[in-house]
Amino acid sequence: MIAKPSIPDVLREPGAQIGKPVSRVDGRLKVTGGAKYAAEFSAPGLAHGYIVSSTIARGRITRIDTSAALALPGVLHVFTHENRPSLAWFDRKWKDDDAPKGSPFRPLYDAEIIHSLQPVALVVAESFELARYAARLVQVEYEAAPHRTDLHAHRDDTFTPGKDKGGFQPPPKPRGDADRALAEAEVSVDLEFTQATEHHNPMEMHASTVIHHEDGTLAVYDKTQGAQNSHSWICNVFNLSKSDVRVLSPFVGGAFGSGLRPQHQLFMAVLAATQLKRSVRVELSRPQMFSFGHRPETIQRVALGARKDGTLTALIHEAVQESSQNENYVEIVVNWSGQQYKCDNVRLDYKLCRLDVHTPLDQRAPGAATGVPALEIAMDELAHKLGMDPVELRLKNYTDTDPNTGKPFSSKELRACFQQGAERFGWAKRNPKPRSMREGRQLIGWGMASGVWDAMQGQAVAKATLGVDGRLTVGSATADIGTGTYTVMTQIAADVLGLSVKDVTFHLGDSSLPMAPIEGGSWTVSSVGSAVKAACDRVRDRLVTAASKMKGGPLAGIGNQEVVFADGHLVAKADPSRRVSITDVMRASELLTIEEEARSVPYLLARSRHALGTHSAIFAEVRVDEGLGTVQVTRVVSAIAAGRIINPKTARSQIMGAVVWGIGMALEEETFTDHTLGRYMNHDIAEYHIPVNADVHDIDVIFVEEHDEVVNPLGAKGVGEIGIVGVPAAIANAIFHATGVRVCDLPITVDKILEGLRRNRGD
Amino acid sequence: MRAFTYSRADTVEDAVRALAGNPDARFVAGGTNLLDLMKADAMRPAHLVDISRLPLDRIEETEDGGLRLGALARNADTAWDERVRSRYPMLSKAILAGASAQLRNMATNGGNLLQRTRCYYFYDSGTPCNKREPGSGCGALTGVNRIHAILGASEHCIAVHPSDLCVALAALEATVRVTGPRGERTIPFAEFHRLPGDTPHIDTTLGADEIVTAIDLPARGFAEHSTYLKVRDRASYAFALVSVAAALEIEGGTIRAARLALGGVAHKPWRDTEAEAMLVGKPAEAASFAAAAQAVLRGAKGHAHNAFKIPLAERAIVRALSEAAGVQTP
Repeated sequence: MIAKPSIPDVLREPGAQIGKPVSRVDGRLKVTGGAKYAAEFSAPGLAHGYIVSSTIARGRITRIDTSAALALPGVLHVFTHENRPSLAWFDRKWKDDDAPKGSPFRPLYDAEIIHSLQPVALVVAESFELARYAARLVQVEYEAAPHRTDLHAHRDDTFTPGKDKGGFQPPPKPRGDADRALAEAEVSVDLEFTQATEHHNPMEMHASTVIHHEDGTLAVYDKTQGAQNSHSWICNVFNLSKSDVRVLSPFVGGAFGSGLRPQHQLFMAVLAATQLKRSVRVELSRPQMFSFGHRPETIQRVALGARKDGTLTALIHEAVQESSQNENYVEIVVNWSGQQYKCDNVRLDYKLCRLDVHTPLDQRAPGAATGVPALEIAMDELAHKLGMDPVELRLKNYTDTDPNTGKPFSSKELRACFQQGAERFGWAKRNPKPRSMREGRQLIGWGMASGVWDAMQGQAVAKATLGVDGRLTVGSATADIGTGTYTVMTQIAADVLGLSVKDVTFHLGDSSLPMAPIEGGSWTVSSVGSAVKAACDRVRDRLVTAASKMKGGPLAGIGNQEVVFADGHLVAKADPSRRVSITDVMRASELLTIEEEARSVPYLLARSRHALGTHSAIFAEVRVDEGLGTVQVTRVVSAIAAGRIINPKTARSQIMGAVVWGIGMALEEETFTDHTLGRYMNHDIAEYHIPVNADVHDIDVIFVEEHDEVVNPLGAKGVGEIGIVGVPAAIANAIFHATGVRVCDLPITVDKILEGLRRNRGD
Repeated sequence: MRAFTYSRADTVEDAVRALAGNPDARFVAGGTNLLDLMKADAMRPAHLVDISRLPLDRIEETEDGGLRLGALARNADTAWDERVRSRYPMLSKAILAGASAQLRNMATNGGNLLQRTRCYYFYDSGTPCNKREPGSGCGALTGVNRIHAILGASEHCIAVHPSDLCVALAALEATVRVTGPRGERTIPFAEFHRLPGDTPHIDTTLGADEIVTAIDLPARGFAEHSTYLKVRDRASYAFALVSVAAALEIEGGTIRAARLALGGVAHKPWRDTEAEAMLVGKPAEAASFAAAAQAVLRGAKGHAHNAFKIPLAERAIVRALSEAAGVQTP
């Protein structure tokens, strides 16, 4: 049964903006080139930096010879650890809002090399081309030390991390005795999974343009998911006054988590600008995009035990994940398994293994996109062994409370996701037998999986300014990484005051705006959207007060709850003929502007009593060429329960993009490491494969109606992560259904399918 | 990118003269490969001779009933040329299996012959590569070698030639026309590219002072029974794991002539004339194709990550020959 939403009255009014498929308010700027990205800003005398990267994975720089580079006319300076200025010493000064426990990487700090492709010098020249050429002439000599980059070779050398990063929860204590229950189970599966290293590869490469003003102040255009995060980091590292630096990031060409931490190009650009007292731009090359964070390689074991009727009796999920030598990057990989199904005997275990790599970094649905597919592939295998429909098995073990904590979900319409997704897909017609559908050489398979992500919220502040012309300006220092933040915030603001989206301008990506948290984890609508609503609510209240005080006015003496806002007017609920325009109210009250700032704070008490999450059910169809092992994902239906959808158009785009990435995770994406060199090798997007148009066929998105009064005043949960979570599993399960080959080693490439087919034939 | 000088050639003679005695000079036409390699510092020409305006962009009939593909005809124009499509459909298909539409619009036929390997190590100047820096070693041999050679490799280099077009040209027995200081000569396609041996930095037998002017296709185009099959890690814009150009002439179910060349498996388009000979006189059916496929792969050698290419190539050969013959096999 789907709960009937009780939408507040004001939002039902004509002109209400929430829930409308509004086209991107910045769309025109983007498609006409009017939207400027970090590397597109310029200034007179702009100098260009190019980074020299380490060729060894571990050791020390013994000598850097920059003379050949410096001898070139037009080369301004080469920065190295030997000539850098004094920088912050304490680790805490190098921490940022997304830093895990440990000692953050410090570019050009000393001679030590901790990973391959580490920046070791910055060449600054009059042109980009010259800087890049001069960078080739910098001679670096190293004393290499033994390195380790192979997770499989070191999987037993691990440790158990603590609460080492914001938002991370170590796995809960075991419930019951999972190992014993597994041994005694009537039916069981026990599978090992590997998830390859993945790099974010946003289309826009990381860049920072630092405009050095005559008075020494800096305007920093940075590719980031948090202008204020970059701002405080620079100020701390370089000991700059906060008021002398402003970080701007109006447009971001994709980030997927790669902009959650300030990256070294920002450091380099600020270093050069402050030292040379010139404006400087530093942009990473595509190979250098593989020189910082990534989705960590992970080895997992999922073992499930069940009774013959499908009741789960044992659940074990263990994960070993890589982190760097200097920081404990952690993400929630296994906890979801204790949350998704009812089971009395659960043991979850999460360990880290230190490798000589750059610290991993949150990448779309960090942890969940790794851990949940492992669980969901194991569930599919269990369903197969039980001879039970995979949806039925999931419904059999469905839970409305979070078994990890015993708390009820604030809302969880996963059941409706299963129902609506299955219906749209035509799941009922599925023959459960693997290899039962064929068209010529093509084996056809149908697979499904579920997904889950948290519905988090942070504190945020927004400021709303209403002009006497009836135009509203709202600002908060959040980011729009292509997700539609500009658009949905505009809608939320317009909605409160009954305005058209054309009358609202939203500002973001500016460290001088009111506080917003880094834009990640699907919490921006929840956090910033709530602040926008709160600030606009205050403006609304002041307008109502002013209108009620207008002597002889149409709304004189009216109470706050008796007014609705529509078409730029305040209207009496009881008698729509009693109305007055916003501009008239302001003129009558001699108000040129109404300015209000508000901070949104999560409903801490209600939240603490609930589990909060988004859920999904994904159904996929694949065609596998039995002779050649190639796979086409011909159809995906993704049913999403994520609370109220502010904008079904941008939300659908988010889910579609996530499904495409899920296809990539399932079939293509993998960063290859040469363990002899300790170096990523396929560091360009010709050889690091992401799906191309020809890989993407039908994608159908369903937003299941879900009402939630706990999550935040908007009832919206955010859709940035949930779209990807179950997709790799649904595709892997479809491949199993098509071929009878179970591949647990993602991505599922041609070689793995052919090997599986060979094994099944018994060759 | 290192500084380089640039000049433009207006005639073929000009172009050849510009290269003479200047070992660090290179021709540039479409620039789709060379410029990338210069940015990656994998190629470091001191001088570029722009040949893109030379009158070598036509596709013309030859006296013996074949087609002459100008060296500067664009890949896209070649693939969509009506004569190429109707008389050499395998070639058209091969070209369209390569790169992207944008790249095919820029890339020239001559440039395609001379494109360099996509080996990761060749592109990364922070790693050893005998092709880029002779004597520095082969990183791929003990490193990441999923996309590398299974045939004809040496201990010095296991890179593969990346072209699709060339695989079809090898199967068609094309001839490369070149001009140098000593005049014009022709190079049979099979002799144009070379195996790495102990000099993997040399890709072809083209003289350092010679220019490719055209590619001659013989009259025989195998239009009735031919195909190009490319197996790759995604549906488009990926280099071949294995590709097969397969062409047959069949009379009454019996193979009268066969051509078979592979891409993605060796330092050059890998044509196997012995396997072709095995097919002649055999019935056009799965067993014949399988025997030929096994013969092609008999000497194949896999490395840590690419051994899967051996059975994959066998299957791809059988599939391609079956498609060419129009018979159903696995």
